[in-house]
Amino acid sequence: MLEKALDGGRRYWLWLAALLAVVCAAAWCYALQLRVGLGVTGLTRDVTWGLYIAQFTFFVGVAASAVVVVLPYYLHDYKAFGRVTILGEFVAISAVTMCGAFIFVDMGQPARLLNIVRYAAPGSLMFWDLVALGGYLLLNVTITRVTLEAERCQTAPPQWVRRVILLSIPWAISIHTVTAFLYSGLPGRPFWLTALLAPRFLASAFAAGPALLILLCLFVRRWWDLRVADEAIRKIALIVTYALAAHLFFAAVELFTVFYGQVPDHLEPYRYLYFGLDGHAVLTPWTWASVGLAVAALGLLLTPAARARRSLLAAACVAVFVALWIEKGLGLVVAGFIPAPLGTVPDYVPTLREVTIVAGIWAVGAAMVTVFFKITAAVRTDGP
Amino acid sequence: MSTSRRVFLRLAATAATAAAAGSALGCAASGGARRRLAMAIDVRKCLDVHGCRACVDACHEAHNVPAIPDRAHEVKWVWKEPFERALAVREPATLPAALRGSEVLVLCNHCDNPPCTRVCPTGATWKRDDGVVAMDEHRCIGCRYCVAACPYGSRSFNFVDPRPFVAHPTSDYPTRTKGVVEKCTFCEERLAVGRLPACVDACPAGAMVFGDLDERGSEIRKLLNERYSVRRRPELGTRPQVFYVI
Amino acid sequence: MRRPTLLVAGLAAFVALATWPVWHALAGPRPTAPELARPVGATECVAPTDYMRASHMKLLVEWRDRVVRDGVRAYTDRHGRVVTMSLSKTCIGACHTDKTKFCDRCHDYTGVKPTCWDCHVVPPVPAPPALAARGEVR
Ligand code: HEC
Ligand code: HEC
Repeated sequence: MLEKALDGGRRYWLWLAALLAVVCAAAWCYALQLRVGLGVTGLTRDVTWGLYIAQFTFFVGVAASAVVVVLPYYLHDYKAFGRVTILGEFVAISAVTMCGAFIFVDMGQPARLLNIVRYAAPGSLMFWDLVALGGYLLLNVTITRVTLEAERCQTAPPQWVRRVILLSIPWAISIHTVTAFLYSGLPGRPFWLTALLAPRFLASAFAAGPALLILLCLFVRRWWDLRVADEAIRKIALIVTYALAAHLFFAAVELFTVFYGQVPDHLEPYRYLYFGLDGHAVLTPWTWASVGLAVAALGLLLTPAARARRSLLAAACVAVFVALWIEKGLGLVVAGFIPAPLGTVPDYVPTLREVTIVAGIWAVGAAMVTVFFKITAAVRTDGP
Repeated sequence: MSTSRRVFLRLAATAATAAAAGSALGCAASGGARRRLAMAIDVRKCLDVHGCRACVDACHEAHNVPAIPDRAHEVKWVWKEPFERALAVREPATLPAALRGSEVLVLCNHCDNPPCTRVCPTGATWKRDDGVVAMDEHRCIGCRYCVAACPYGSRSFNFVDPRPFVAHPTSDYPTRTKGVVEKCTFCEERLAVGRLPACVDACPAGAMVFGDLDERGSEIRKLLNERYSVRRRPELGTRPQVFYVI
Repeated sequence: MRRPTLLVAGLAAFVALATWPVWHALAGPRPTAPELARPVGATECVAPTDYMRASHMKLLVEWRDRVVRDGVRAYTDRHGRVVTMSLSKTCIGACHTDKTKFCDRCHDYTGVKPTCWDCHVVPPVPAPPALAARGEVR
């Protein structure tokens, strides 16, 4: 089936070549990081996790969000999603791969990475996160392979795979829950120390991930016949709407407790994000941009007429994705480190090299999605 | 091919074939009678030798701690912080004038309930039976989860190769490499041969007392019984084993 | 199979490339075994020479784990001799004086690059008179 990825048009190859160029640039930067150390990034003694881990967190959400198309189709037999589930699963596979890469580039001693397996520490959430993500990858690779093969032969997928798919549903929830637990159990980091973190993660994931899926479907439709029904897109848009509303509600609930309760430890990271702290305000414009975009997107999505217009829907999805990317893929991790344990307010600004490495991993993800979608399109148009 | 790479490949192969069932966390510490090692810092005595850095220098020399000028990449095991930051974070106004602006020592608290060891994915940091929160620099993968978990900022990550920043490396103790986390170890290498931690030995004011809290009549036990002491951020439940005698 | 010649040529090129290191090594000059500076007067390391030659890294890792993880620093060899388990105090220092003339010579020869010395500090080589007093000249 993979051979179907090989006969694309000129634009297809140009696009892949462009992505390859980005990957090469990233590899070059990573080689430098490997030689010099993580000192080439903007990370510091006080902000020791930054863009890499934040991207990891965000894309775990994207990966988990496949469940919003898988669940209605397989549990509720919602037929319209029949043709998008596999796309959702392919996005999940790409996202999990990106997560692995983000973890890898964040390691100080990548050669020792397998110590996590060799000296497995079940008390560490990082161990469980890797188990969850590895399992999720395996599940989705199995599912996509078998279902696409069945689609190619125009037969029904074997019965056993249905069970695997059902297992993948709670598993998807678990990957993002465990990722939230990674943060929400640290006594010295009040910004993360909230039981609401896991629900918040899931809500924002179920908005950002499907928003991305809609964009991909709309975009790809211009070249390839992926036969995603309008009804399916409308339904996914509705899911994005609900998830975004839930996300904003959770955010508001958290803000209430923090700003009305006024416990300094909880207040300071939020003050840093929204207003700046002790004159340090690198993230405030980003935070407000995120809030603005999310609210605007919700406004659009809550209007049925706007949701039905393809251009407005696409705009809303872009807004959702960007807003939540800022929130989770940038602010969430950094603000957790502020103020530093000794009360100072450190600044974190990623370096160009760091950003290039991140771009390279994005490019890998984009290339994977391209190839997977191409194969799916080919299977659907060529027939057996 | 290096052994570590071979182990890596072998492991990668095993992990690929079987969902890797890792060996249980093997982190037994030394046997013998149970001890509860702790440190008490007499803040007043320390203040008497205002501006003194004897303990910091002794520690950093003994352990090849690099002097990295870039604050962002700094590595430190024991150092001085303004009182307001270290102990009276939320209550600077209640500090007596004499303490305002003066500095106090901070180091790894060797917590009785350490969050850093809880999160370590490889058992590269763990609490020994005698209470020392130990580091295995050979096992550390540099994920910095422990740095995120430490509420005291006591852990440093090697963002760059530290060797060039160690002016006179001693061969009595290893340096570290880029990509691993390090911190104060209560001088476990000195404890092993019956010596006190380097900082305690070096203090000209006798402001630091080190010993076993479970040993009746030990100097530290007596001091803590007689004087009022505080610990950093007790509300977090980490139960630091570094006591500040006021 | 439309172009069998191309296929065979491609295969041949691949085999040649994949086995290149072998040819390269066979064509080059024969390397001579390195001459190792051994401590004078000592007959055996902490284990028989054959064992040390083949498995010293295993022993070192065992030492490492005993010291770092179990807090045990003394090692008793089969003759009852007690040594401190330490790279920079015992292996180099107490026993061998110059790492470059022992460990490195053999590792260079065998193409091994242990990372241990990124952290472990090689103690300074004693001055020649001190060496001569120990009977070591090489
Ligand atoms: C990241 C730095 C680092 C690297 C790399 C490293 N070590 Fe160590 N090693 C240490 C530290 C720190 C100690 C603790 C020293 C102590 O407690 O006295 C130690 C202790 C040891 C000890 C016992 C004490 C001593 O003085 O030797 C042995 C044996 C040892 N290491 C072997 C090795 C071997 C073999 C390698 C290479 C395969 C290696 N180490 C690589 C940092 C390192
Ligand atoms: C007679 C030759 C010889 C001598 C002498 C020798 N080694 Fe080795 N050493 C080897 C070989 C060969 C290997 C690789 C073995 C393998 O990979 O299985 C090795 C591997 C090692 C390793 C593991 C390397 C890794 O990448 O993990 C360490 C550590 C080591 N040697 C330390 C030492 C020290 C320290 C000395 C000096 C005191 C020394 N060796 C002297 C031949 C030697």
